Order: sequence, then C-alpha cells, then structure tokens
Amino acid sequence: MAPALPRVVPLGDAAVLVDFSDALDLAVNARIQQLAEAIRRRRVAWIRDVVPALGSLALHFDPERVEPQLQPLDAAAALVKDCLSRRLPNLDDLARTVEVPVCYDTEFAPDLAEVAERCKLKVEEAIRRHCASPHRVLMVGFAPGHPYIGGLDARLSVPRRTTPRPTVVAGSVAIANTQSVVYPFTISGGWNIIGRSPLRIFDAARQPPALMGPGDRVKFTSIGREQYDRIAKAEKGEGAE
Amino acid sequence: MSVRVLRPGLLTSVQDLGRYGLQHLGIVPCGAMDPVAHRIANALVGNAATAATLECTVLGPELVFGRDSLIALYGATFEARVDRKPFPRNRPVFIKAGTVLATGAASRGARAYLAIAGGFRVPEVLGSLSTYIPAGFGGLAGRALKAGDVVPGASDLRELSAARLAQIARRGLHEVSGVRTVRWAAPELTVPYGDGFTVRAMEGRHFAQFDSASKDAFFGETWKVSPDSNRMGYRLKGPPLARARAVEILSEPTCLGTVQVPNDGTPIALMADHQTTGGYPKIAEIAGVDIPGLAQLAPGGQVRFVRCTLAEAEAARRTMQAQVRSVEQSLGWEHGR
Repeated sequence: MAPALPRVVPLGDAAVLVDFSDALDLAVNARIQQLAEAIRRRRVAWIRDVVPALGSLALHFDPERVEPQLQPLDAAAALVKDCLSRRLPNLDDLARTVEVPVCYDTEFAPDLAEVAERCKLKVEEAIRRHCASPHRVLMVGFAPGHPYIGGLDARLSVPRRTTPRPTVVAGSVAIANTQSVVYPFTISGGWNIIGRSPLRIFDAARQPPALMGPGDRVKFTSIGREQYDRIAKAEKGEGAE
Repeated sequence: MSVRVLRPGLLTSVQDLGRYGLQHLGIVPCGAMDPVAHRIANALVGNAATAATLECTVLGPELVFGRDSLIALYGATFEARVDRKPFPRNRPVFIKAGTVLATGAASRGARAYLAIAGGFRVPEVLGSLSTYIPAGFGGLAGRALKAGDVVPGASDLRELSAARLAQIARRGLHEVSGVRTVRWAAPELTVPYGDGFTVRAMEGRHFAQFDSASKDAFFGETWKVSPDSNRMGYRLKGPPLARARAVEILSEPTCLGTVQVPNDGTPIALMADHQTTGGYPKIAEIAGVDIPGLAQLAPGGQVRFVRCTLAEAEAARRTMQAQVRSVEQSLGWEHGR
C-alpha cells in the first residue's frame, strides 16, 4: 500500500511543515527521515534547514535567497511530492549506530526501581530490555543535541512523572511512554531517570556537535561504576573548551 | 586590545545573522533579535551584514576603545555619552583610542547594535559568531559580556577605521562632542513609535482548536510583554487562552515568530533563541516583517495582533527586504562601495 501523501502547510512566511501524522508511528518517522535526507541531497539554495520531527518535517527558508517570483509554499510542496515519487535514500545506509554506555547504578537511576516495579520486572530484566530494544532517534529538539529515541521495549512503558524535577544531571538516561531521552545539559525534566551515560551528548566544539542525530540507531550498553568514571574522565579531557 | 567592558549593561552579547543548517540537531539559529538594525549598524561602518555586532538590551554597556575606531550605534534610542558628552547615534563616528562610550537606559525601543569597522572577532562556532547563552557557546565564551571582558576587533582596526573615515569624509565631516562624524544619519526602520505596536500574524496550525473567546481575544485584545520575556520568547500577558478540545500534540518543529500557548494559557511568541521543536499548540505565526519591531519592545510594551494572509506577509517581507537593501546600498556608497 502506498503511504498517503503528507500535507504541506505554511509555518509562518519563512518555513513549511510537511505534516505526516498526528500520532507517533515508527514506520512513518522512518519515512520522514528518508524524505529529510532526500531533500538535503537536492541542495536547494533557498532551504537552509531541514528538520525532521516525530510526525512531521519542517523546511526553513532563507528569505534572502527566495527568488521574488517563487511561491515558496508551492515550490516546497512540489519538491516534497517529487522526492516522495522517487526511490528514497535507504535509512540503513545513512544512519549511524551510536553505542551509548549507561551506568544503571542506583545513584544515577533514581526512578529505575519504581519503573521496574510498575512494569512487574526485576531491575536486571528492565536493564536487559532497555539495552536490547531496537532504539532509533526520532527527533532532536528541546535543547541542542537532545535526542528523542523510539523503539523502547513495550514492557518498559511508564507515563511521565507527575512532577518534573527542577534539575536532571547531564547524561541522564530517562524513559516515558514509548521513548527514551538522554539529557545533553543539566536541565529540568519529567521523564523517569533509569541511568546515566558518561559521554558528552553535546559539544559545540566537536564535529558533529551532537552525539546522536535524527535517524541514528542507538545501542545502550550497561557499564559498571568504574568504567563510568574512566570514560567520564576521558571525555572531560577531550572536550575541554 | 580592542574594546574593554567597564560595565556590561543588562544583557550585551555578540551577535551576527545567526546559525543555520543545524536545527535538525536542536541547534537554534539565535542571531540578532532585530536583524534589520544589526545590518544597518554594520552598513554604517562599511561592514558586510554578516559581521558581528554587540546587541545592547534595555540598559546599555560602558566600553573603552583601545584603538582609534569607526563605530556606529543604531536601533533603540539609548542615552549614550562619549567622554561625558552626547554621542551621535545612527551614524558612523570616529573615536580616538582611549575614548569611553557610556550607554544608559533605552528611552525608546529595547535593543541597539554597536558595530565597529571590521566587526567583532570572536571565534566562529558551528558557522556563526552569535552567542547562544542557554547552552553556553558562541560569541565571547558563550555568555553575555561582563565587566573586564575584552572583545576583540579586527587586527587592522586602526588602519581600517582611518581608511573608512577618509571615504566618508569626502562629503564633509564635523566635530560633535569631541568626535568626528558625518552630517547625515541612517533612517530609523524598526523601532515603533508610541505605546502600542501592531503585529501582523497568520492563524497558526492549531488556531481552530481554540475556543471562540480565545480566538477573538488573540486578535482583539492588547497584550503586554511580560517581565519574564527574553531572547527565547516573549510571554504575553492578557486573558488566558484555552482550547475547546485539548488534544495531545506531537512535538513538532517551531520557527521564529511562532506563537504557542502552553497549558497556563499565556501565549509565548518565539524569538531568536527559541527551541527548534515544541509540543504546545500554535495559535499564530507572526509575519517575519514585524519580528524586528517586536524585538524592540521592552517588558511592559504593548502589542496587538492583526490577521494577515500568507501572501500579504510574503509581500510585506519583500518590501522590507528591498527597503533594507536600499538603505545598505546608499550607505555602501558613502563608503565608496
């Protein structure tokens, strides 16, 4: 069955939103990532940002480079339609697999025991399932390098916390509903914290600055406290500004 | 040493036209809140639009210039003094090494841009010189200026300033307050006059979900810029807005000028440092042409929204672009370009 064509709607006068779905669907999101890559490969001079999100995709224009006779909304709609009518880039070819070591020790995982209990799983089994889930980055947003990761084992589905924490330490790995996140900065957050990664999730001085990009596969691996400290120390030395 | 900060003011940061091509990694464009004022400030000293300026907010900085410099302060009307005498605004001004420029409170508008011949030279981060304060990168050490900072300028600042002064001197210079300047000034384009500012806006993607009272209020009421507004967004005080049906919204891309309504019913107009995605309903999208004027509203400023169509917004933006280019060109002539 051919997937339905998305709606292309204006997002102000310098962007459009390519709207695929109001509900989260991993297959639809994968298609959004493919379309984003196909559009990037066209290298359209007046499109300066291609932003895939959970169920939609934004194309941001450079108003200085939009030709006066061009109707950007129509041109963007035609571009989307044309890209979708051809073979889209294969997501498996363009996505990286990013291994993210996580220490699930209690001191880094204030919500893990409660999550396991709610899911009627032993803590070790919850960790095993988190590491075994086929994770993929659906969107990066909220803060620089902040990934929303889909593919969480359905048995680990828990709602967000009723009261968000005012501070969640950078590197914290948290889950809610069907997704995982890894906090790139120490910020507030309402997701259930189940571990912490020693990696720098975002570093403006690094290329690429974000550890995980949209479409990337993510493999969480369980590490002990000593290994956490070793990696954290190495990361600190590397990313010094 | 180029420019040393004696007093930083309320929020002074290095900005350019923004950081693009990385929004898919959650990296916001940032850049000058009033990009038109930034561009004209640059044009006044003979710079390209992409050169970095200092964005001064509401209460400006006090700076001492280490070398002879051609500078310009353009945008909001700030009380400004050069060695205690009134500083001529909106025009190129040649000041000698050791001169102190002291700016005070803005009496009209909220943001002025200080340009210097050759631009401020901070390290480029991810393709831009703009400061993104929330994540601490870009600009000078990823933060607003503080007392004691030294903001680097071009290595040939002195020679560049002298050469550009010689160019603009062809039509005559005069001395005001002990500094050399021209007899003309750039027209003011962005700072609204009077108490209220009318902003053109298109109905947002989720406009239809709001109840009829909220729809009427958005385009009918006068909104007040709240004190907790910043470079990320302007919170607008007025009657709380609510949706008729509160359906869950998947987090989706936002853009400069998106007006989103969180659960507390207070609309937020997204500005230069806005997040790249958001899960709140979008009641409206502000026409790009009115972003610079909105950026010139300080907390307490009043704004009304008037409906416009996409075609009207695009046409108004093109008109503004042509106007800015024509001002840039006429200033370029002064600099012999």
